[in-house]
Amino acid sequence: MNTPIISIRGVSRHFGAFTALDNIDLDVKQGEFFSLLGPSGCGKTTLLRMIGGFMEPSSGKIMIDQKPMDGLAPNQRPTNMVFQNYAIFPHLNVADNVGYGLRKLRLDKAQFTARVQEALERVGLSGLGHRGGHELSGGQRQRVALARALIMQPKVLLLDEPLSALDKKLREQMQLELRRLQRAVGITFILVTHDQYEALSMSDRVAVMFKGRIAQVAPPQDIYQRPASRDVADFLGGMNFIEAQIEAEDALELKLASPLTGPITLARRDGFAQGLGKATLGIRPERLRILGPKETAPIEITGTLYDKVYYGEVTHYSVAVRGNTQPLQVAVTNSSGGPELAAGSEVKVGLDRSALVLLAP
Amino acid sequence: MMAGAKNRSVLAAYAVAYIVFLYLPVVLLPLFSFNQSITPSFPLTGFTTDWYLALADEPEMHNALINSLKVAATTSVFATLLGACAARAFTRYKFRAKPAAEGIIMTPLFLPEILIGLSMLVVILWLGFELSLVTVVMGHVLVCLPYCVTVLISSFDGFDVTLEEASTDLGEGALGTLWRVILPIVMPGLISSLIVSFTISLDEFVLAFFLSGDEATLPVYIWGQLRFAAKLPIVMALGSLMLVASIGLLIISEIVRRRGERRLKPSGMDTP
Ligand SMILES: Nc1ncnc2c1ncn2[C@@H]1O[C@H](COP(=O)(O)OP(=O)(O)OP(=O)(O)O)[C@@H](O)[C@H]1O
Ligand SMILES: [Mg+2]
Repeated sequence: MNTPIISIRGVSRHFGAFTALDNIDLDVKQGEFFSLLGPSGCGKTTLLRMIGGFMEPSSGKIMIDQKPMDGLAPNQRPTNMVFQNYAIFPHLNVADNVGYGLRKLRLDKAQFTARVQEALERVGLSGLGHRGGHELSGGQRQRVALARALIMQPKVLLLDEPLSALDKKLREQMQLELRRLQRAVGITFILVTHDQYEALSMSDRVAVMFKGRIAQVAPPQDIYQRPASRDVADFLGGMNFIEAQIEAEDALELKLASPLTGPITLARRDGFAQGLGKATLGIRPERLRILGPKETAPIEITGTLYDKVYYGEVTHYSVAVRGNTQPLQVAVTNSSGGPELAAGSEVKVGLDRSALVLLAP
Repeated sequence: MMAGAKNRSVLAAYAVAYIVFLYLPVVLLPLFSFNQSITPSFPLTGFTTDWYLALADEPEMHNALINSLKVAATTSVFATLLGACAARAFTRYKFRAKPAAEGIIMTPLFLPEILIGLSMLVVILWLGFELSLVTVVMGHVLVCLPYCVTVLISSFDGFDVTLEEASTDLGEGALGTLWRVILPIVMPGLISSLIVSFTISLDEFVLAFFLSGDEATLPVYIWGQLRFAAKLPIVMALGSLMLVASIGLLIISEIVRRRGERRLKPSGMDTP
């Protein structure tokens, strides 16, 4: 299990003068649910298509199952793809769509039907085998595309935004199903998405990409709690940023000072350069809380409440604080009727030391 | 509102006149073909199927018919094959010569056929080829190509490229993909194209007249027969049969096209 199923080394891709992917290094482990997350145009699809063999890298190497993939067409690779528009063959019925790739196996009719039936059951479509490929709803098309790819028993399944065409409710249901399916079949899934919730909720690990580069590869908790940069932090939901001066530093620790937090000492993160002089501290809005009159917290910041937005299960408060140009965003869960806060009132915001994320300035 | 009503009745009269002038001669043809009199004129003198029976004893005509069918079949296959290549290139790829290539293929639509016939005749004689059905096919392919390309482009345009990628992804090579995905999906377009070019070739006269040498096609033969007044009713019977055949072909082509369109609407997103 230690050797990666996919290993990508120094892969770049140019379109004319434009660099869509810039020197990508990436390993994907056997059997994991891996997501490529990033804003539109960052190169996710390009990377996925190069793994699947629909496009060749301009430079660099892609190995799947320890074999170099240079020049191999999609039908010569141990990968299968679920396309964004599903690409269901409109002239074939569901069963023939699902069994399309079985032709090379020269199965007899009974075996063919059994394999297709099994695949349809796995995606919850049994009984729909005779439905025409052009007579399906979005969710059904998605399932057919999944069954059609999984029946090939690929080593890696590639999924390009497979849920983006579905409505919210169906999307959430399919997220759960996809995750469950992946666990059941044990195949490595690589999912492309620009939806951070999708990436966080489904994946074992997430690669966050910007402008043709990979910014961070980590499990969802790490990506969210300990983003590697301001870009990553920003892309994965909101984050408050506080400027801080570096007063002293060594290989292990940094002593920081900021008007908001007072002096604090934080452990140096891997890859955090020495001698920057300044740093940024990130705090997720839900790690801040509004303190009652008698409550205390390890770090307290006073400010003026000037706006709040009610979202049902949470309320977002904006708190203007001296020494920071941006107001602090505080997310409060509406669990047990806390104090009603009016705009303009003085509030004390509290946080734990562990809520602070050390970021480059 | 008075003006509106008046306008409308003028329009209606125009429409009726239009239809009468366009289709009356076509209706008269079968009518006279069942008339006993040799001259096509009113009053009708009585019903007969003699002229149709007489068709059976015209070996020269049979020859011409067979020639025409050979030419039309060959033309439709070649024009559709060439048209499919062109339509695929136009819908799938961008290239610098594309506007020029499209222009050149469409040109025969706008050139007088007599010019095409004359220039082909000159070139063929100059190259030292014999005039024959082969040269007729060459001319017919040229004039059918614009129609085939137009029909095929509209059929290929709706073709989703990811279907080809999906087929490759599922293990098929280029030929398997052509056979299992591309052909079935564009088949209605191919059939339309075959029928359209077949029909055009079947009744094309000018080019056939210039290029057929001594192997007459049916229209050329009919033209030759018009010199003999006694043959006129037989020719009209023949014409009526051709009319029925063309209408039949047209209906088939339209049915195929509509069926294909329904099936190709790929996003069945709305059907539950
Ligand atoms: N065939 C191509 N020719 C030219 N440029 C291309 C081509 N394919 C992709 N690009 C460019 O490469 C960049 C990355 O494209 P890619 O499709 O990988 O983005 P993406 O991350 O999948 O975005 P999205 O979320 O919008 O699908 C884009 O700026 C795009 O314009
Ligand atoms: Mg994309």
